[in-house]
Amino acid sequence: MKIEGKKAIWKDYQKEIAEDKFYYVRSCVRQNFFPGSETAFLRIMRDVLKKDVFENPCHTTCTGIGYHGDIVPVETTMTVVARQFALMTESGYENLLPSCITSFGLYTEILDTWHHFPEVEEKIRKQLRKATGREFKVPKNLAHASDVIYKFRKEISAKAKYRLINKNTGEPLKVVDHIGCHYAKMFPSKGVGGAEYPYVLAGMVEEWGGQVIDYPERRHCCGFGFRQYLIQANRGFSIACSKEKFESMKPYKPDMIITNCPGCPMFLDRWQYVINEMEGKTYGADGEGIPVFTYEEVAGLVLGFDPWDLGLQMHQTDCEPLLRKIGIEYDPEAKYVLNGVNTNVNASTYLEVR
Amino acid sequence: MNKHVVVIGGGVAGMEAAGQLRKTGFEVSLFEKEEKPGGHLNKWYKLFPDRRPSSEVKEYLDNITSGEGIKIITGKTIEKIVQNKNQFHISDKEGSEYTADAVIVATGFDLFKSARKEEYGYGIYDNVITSADLEEMFRKGSITLVNGRTPETIGIVHCVGSRDEKMGNLYCSKLCCVTAVKQAIEIREHLPSAKVFCFYMDMRMGGAYYEELYREAQEEWGVNFIRGKVSEVSESINNRLVIKSEDTLAGKPLKMLVDMLVLMAGMEMSEEGLKLGDSSGLKRGDNRFFSPADHHFGSNKSNLKGIYYAGTCTMPMNITETISHARAAVMDVIEYLKES
Amino acid sequence: MDRFGFSISKGRQIDYDANSRHIAEFISEREPSFRVCIECGCCSATCTTGNFTSFSLRELQILMKRGENEKVRENIKKCMLCGKCTLVCPRGVNTRNVVTLARQAFQKFPANAV
Repeated sequence: MKIEGKKAIWKDYQKEIAEDKFYYVRSCVRQNFFPGSETAFLRIMRDVLKKDVFENPCHTTCTGIGYHGDIVPVETTMTVVARQFALMTESGYENLLPSCITSFGLYTEILDTWHHFPEVEEKIRKQLRKATGREFKVPKNLAHASDVIYKFRKEISAKAKYRLINKNTGEPLKVVDHIGCHYAKMFPSKGVGGAEYPYVLAGMVEEWGGQVIDYPERRHCCGFGFRQYLIQANRGFSIACSKEKFESMKPYKPDMIITNCPGCPMFLDRWQYVINEMEGKTYGADGEGIPVFTYEEVAGLVLGFDPWDLGLQMHQTDCEPLLRKIGIEYDPEAKYVLNGVNTNVNASTYLEVR
Repeated sequence: MNKHVVVIGGGVAGMEAAGQLRKTGFEVSLFEKEEKPGGHLNKWYKLFPDRRPSSEVKEYLDNITSGEGIKIITGKTIEKIVQNKNQFHISDKEGSEYTADAVIVATGFDLFKSARKEEYGYGIYDNVITSADLEEMFRKGSITLVNGRTPETIGIVHCVGSRDEKMGNLYCSKLCCVTAVKQAIEIREHLPSAKVFCFYMDMRMGGAYYEELYREAQEEWGVNFIRGKVSEVSESINNRLVIKSEDTLAGKPLKMLVDMLVLMAGMEMSEEGLKLGDSSGLKRGDNRFFSPADHHFGSNKSNLKGIYYAGTCTMPMNITETISHARAAVMDVIEYLKES
Repeated sequence: MDRFGFSISKGRQIDYDANSRHIAEFISEREPSFRVCIECGCCSATCTTGNFTSFSLRELQILMKRGENEKVRENIKKCMLCGKCTLVCPRGVNTRNVVTLARQAFQKFPANAV
């Protein structure tokens, strides 16, 4: 593989990412899936990078899940999104910073639709006015939260306590980067590095000392979908997608997976447990699972945040082998301790080592 | 005094036009941007459908353009044509000016830049090459992988950059199907134990003896044809290429490992043609090629009297068609100069 | 699996390298015209069996070439050997012989016997 070829493509797909003064909108599901990630993001932005990040408590779902599940019609979705824009305008911000990949994709799609069909935007403006009396400006800059971490990856690296390096061998950790489908597949020009060879996560991994693995099923979806996983009978197809990826990445002996989507880390993490239960298969070295992280968790680990503050105890595929590999100092006993109380009453089943 | 005709572009069309113009008694100046004339022919090994060495055609063109009456000026890129009454003022990149009584534009085509089809990884994956790269290997007499080994399984992708809305090319480049079949046979000639797979959307074998060549490839050379365009390429841990396509006739997605993948790059209007055309007021079509005055009986006429087209600057053509088209352009020049 | 209420779906992708093409090779060696099929569908269109069952000689030929033999094994006996397919084939494929050779091949490799 010739890295120069990828670099040439990365050069073609550089997007504008705002410098400061962000209006942050949370994901519907991330706070349940990996609740430490968004908190870690705000901590990195505010405390480490000293950025102005504003959150508005009136923010609601963008309806992305309902929209992609064919429950919410597109006009309704657009009007809800118009309200989010109005909230941002009222708050005095212009740089929209969604935490969710599907929200980011949806906002991009709506802005592109309005760009090509201004009459649709006019109609939505009228609808919003009628329903809420609100007015809005379209965002000056729209960047996904992973774009911003990518932009400031060097600043994070400069303040890093740990690097993505195996402490025992001195070798870079082998990292699988998995990009949410709605990040760039619909609008390649809106993603750092484009859709075929995205650089947004690869750039972080490289900067923080790791080595990115390019394996055959890299571009494959994790299988989350929307109705595909929500309906139990369809989950066989959902899990098969993740399995195909694991089978394909296994020969490369990856140390970890990094993701930038709400659904992907959830499914790449949980399905490893289910596959192990069903078929007795694991995909990491030494019969272990491959730990799966959000990019905020990885940034947090690199910066020396406590793993339990990052919410790593919420992972089903055990992260502790990786923490030991990097040499992160942490207290294994404090895993489920919250405000001095051990909350580990019925801890989820961990991926068994066979 | 003899009338002077300038021919812009020293490929097959330009050389043929120059040769025919001289025969009729005109003074000819032939401009070529490269160091020697011949165009794409210089890079090709053998020609379809009869696998005749390209050097034979080159030899013919060299013969008809050598000697007195034709000045071949190489290493000069013409950028602009300006008409002043009956005279054409032609200027090159360096600012030198030339005059002519009539002009034939034969700026030809560029091969589609395959790296633009990002999903195929040309320039990224080691053993993804283009049809032109393969011709180069044929000329050297060795088909090898980057690691020096001989490929055992080779895939060929048709329609790279052609019939592709995303690449801005709605048209069929017409010659890639038969080139694929020719190259598939040649691979088998060079490497008798290699397996070759052509991935096609349609087999467009509309030329004399093309279909027969297709049949020969199947029957005598065991070339496999899979109807389905390759949609994604990646590299396996063993440095082989994993390709995904649908076998549309079996109705199933298909995954296959190959050692080498050859992209049948389509034909696009040349960059020099684009520049020259736009600065000189020559009309172009939606496909970016020069738009002839009439598709049926004016395929050499431009929108400017005294400037004529020859060859693939108007549309994809094979060598036979290019030569005929160049001769027809000469007919138009004769008629024009008679009138003026 | 009962515990989960679903099982992991099997892929339907043709894994060309995992498949074996011994049936197709057996036919191709004995009936070279098998190679020149262009999948036009004339054989299946005229086929008596194909008009009343799911038998498609066009499809079965390509499946053998890809090594997807299971469906061929299940269906190849449906052909009544009337020969109409051979009559209409524009490429001159001896389709009738392809069918008889396919049956022979399946018998020859006991694991696939029909």
